Amino acid sequence: MKINTKYHGEREIEEKEIINFPNAIPGFLEEKEFIMLPLNEGDEFIVLQSLANRQLAFIMTNPFRFCKEYDFTLEDYVVEQLEIESEKDILVYTILTVQDPFDQTTANLQAPIVINMKKKLAKQVILNHPDYRTKHMLFSKVQFEGKKV
Amino acid sequence: MLVLSRKSGEVIKIGDEIEITVIAAKGDQVKIGINAPKNVEIYRKEVFEQIISENKQATTDLSSVMGLIRGIKGLRGK
Repeated sequence: MKINTKYHGEREIEEKEIINFPNAIPGFLEEKEFIMLPLNEGDEFIVLQSLANRQLAFIMTNPFRFCKEYDFTLEDYVVEQLEIESEKDILVYTILTVQDPFDQTTANLQAPIVINMKKKLAKQVILNHPDYRTKHMLFSKVQFEGKKV
Repeated sequence: MLVLSRKSGEVIKIGDEIEITVIAAKGDQVKIGINAPKNVEIYRKEVFEQIISENKQATTDLSSVMGLIRGIKGLRGK
């Protein structure tokens, strides 16, 4: 099927690539189907693109890459909702609030996106952890290599 | 809004499965215990609203920096 995307133009995608958010994402309750599209050649940045709404796209990255001590436990209801059987099936991403200039970009460590890749079920999990907030500076802990294109 | 007065230790039942207990009240702070089924998600409202607000900010169109992101070859821990 063909979909319109915010950053990748028109894209041909397969049904099996679709990730379902049964409870949607807070603030965007209408959209429940998304697809992941890499944004850069190193795959560090992934776009979480809504199928129904071209304008709705989040930029995500792997939180463990810039915050090695990042750690949380999934509540039972999350494990149940996402039908998680094994930790191996899970991917965790953090949503970035991209800023211009880019080095001011923040990561939302309080509400990670947890995806069960086996079942293609996902959820934005809200953590009750005092260390994790909605805005963590991304580049206080990492350097990025590359050029402006 | 339904308004009920409760003393410490007293309980409010919502439907069959949710119970809210007043554990303690001190000054303007009330400590509340909640019993609910596992599939009922419970958050402090301001936390939930903060997540909504951050999600909205995160989806703002920033085409100007997309070129920069596309050019990034890798992230390195310091």
